[in-house]
Amino acid sequence: MATAISRATATRTKIGTGASLPVVLGILAACLFLAIGSLKSDIFAQQTVAGLAQGAIYASLALALVLIYRATEVINFAQGEMAMATTYIAYQLTLWGLSYWLSFFLSLVIGFALGVVVYGVLIRPVQHRSVIALVIVTVGLFILIDGLVTWKWGADLKFMPAPFGNHVYRAGGVSFAQQDIGVLLVSILSVILLWVLFRFTKLGLAMRAAALRPAAASLVGVRVDWMLAIGWGLAATLGAVAGLMTEPSVFLTPTMMQPILLYAFAAAVLGGLESPAGSVVGGLAIGVFLNLIGQYVGWATSELRLPIAFFVLLVVLLLKPNGLFGRRQVRRV
Amino acid sequence: MLELEEVDARYGPIQALHGVSLEVAEGEIVAVLGANGAGKTTTLRAVSGTVRRSGTVRFGGKPLRGGPDGAARRGIAHVPEGRGTFAELTVWENLRLGAYTRRGAMRDDFARMQRYFPWIEERRSQQAGTLSGGEQQMLALARAFMQRPRLLLLDEPSLGLAPLLVTEIFRIIRELNEHEGLTVLVVEQNAHIALQLAASVYVLEVGRVALSGPSAELRQHESIRRSYLGY
Repeated sequence: MATAISRATATRTKIGTGASLPVVLGILAACLFLAIGSLKSDIFAQQTVAGLAQGAIYASLALALVLIYRATEVINFAQGEMAMATTYIAYQLTLWGLSYWLSFFLSLVIGFALGVVVYGVLIRPVQHRSVIALVIVTVGLFILIDGLVTWKWGADLKFMPAPFGNHVYRAGGVSFAQQDIGVLLVSILSVILLWVLFRFTKLGLAMRAAALRPAAASLVGVRVDWMLAIGWGLAATLGAVAGLMTEPSVFLTPTMMQPILLYAFAAAVLGGLESPAGSVVGGLAIGVFLNLIGQYVGWATSELRLPIAFFVLLVVLLLKPNGLFGRRQVRRV
Repeated sequence: MLELEEVDARYGPIQALHGVSLEVAEGEIVAVLGANGAGKTTTLRAVSGTVRRSGTVRFGGKPLRGGPDGAARRGIAHVPEGRGTFAELTVWENLRLGAYTRRGAMRDDFARMQRYFPWIEERRSQQAGTLSGGEQQMLALARAFMQRPRLLLLDEPSLGLAPLLVTEIFRIIRELNEHEGLTVLVVEQNAHIALQLAASVYVLEVGRVALSGPSAELRQHESIRRSYLGY
């Protein structure tokens, strides 16, 4: 019996969830291009690393958006502002005399709590009502956080202690800013930690089950609401990392995360909106791409960066409407 | 072990169960028969708390309240319509989710489970959605087994399966009952097989218990023979 069954399904293929072959080849080609370029030119190498550091920030915020979208099918327009608020909280903690890294970790914890509360108080009550209601709630939250932060700390520029020194590393003729390396490492490390949580722990498995099939998950004993709340909390924590890693380059203002959020949206859509890996690849790609055209394309000034990024996104979506890592939606009619 | 007393259940304005009373003794297999829309599925859902219900549901002498996750923690495994497979996850992850309410290592349970489903080991890392219908039904049973439940609720295990597979599935259910002492409440449209498997049977008609009794007795019953067995 058992062998009959295995033979019957041996030919069946896997349900496609990851990237298709052309996309994987494209990404490999891009990596190869970057590697060769970096070996040939010092400036190219420097700009690539700086781009990766910037892209890692986009990637973490994009991953936060994807986590929330997968768990609750909400596009959280307030993700950037939540990140900005937790960065201000870290700033306040340093004012009270705590060290930078202690404030960093405390604000991650506070960020987690903020995410859980936002889900429980604002999202859950309207979750199954309508998409419009959810959009309005998250836009309202955007404005609320913006107002509260400006009221408490003012709209002028604030400065936190620098997390990474001004040291410059040299490898061959290439110099890397310690700050870029630090930002890159912290962002990538938090993404990896999150991946480990989802991939290898019981909690992560339950969270995935709750997001994929809430009804079936509750039948095996998973508390679906708790899992979704934890998902929001983790997304807010990741956002907090993005905020704290943005601060060293642009300093603190209530609007600091708004351009980052737009790039993060672009990264998430580029990756397919439902794919965590896609959002990380998308974020890194956008970061490197923008940095390199800023260096090598004369007319691509900083004002044109955002339009260029979105033009490229548009082209990609015309070719692959579900993003690079997106699943094709199959519907029976 | 499980007692339903005058249980009503409703989906919005539509009442699906009208005062259903039913009893399952420990170690027994009980079947619920009935036509489409008679309330068979709803009866199971009333037990696991996936439908709005009133009346008393007692499990192990204590009332069952709240939602399905609470029922799962009390030791009720519900394999719902559509089998509740996590199609996007691997076979192994499905089994781990089955064991979600339990603590400690899964190794011993996994080894025991393999006595009944020997083919599962080599399919551990396969995506569950790519299994055939029969395999998915077996995976659902295996997942429920990993929960080590005191009571198994099964919703139409024969649905959409070839006759040979149906026989196989029901053989496994009987083995689980005999060797593991698993108590089973099964909903089934296939009256022949349900009457063979179960010790006692309840027949539902439009949300009410129309008939009940030991299956040996019901097999002889005039109206059962005519409407469900067809001779």
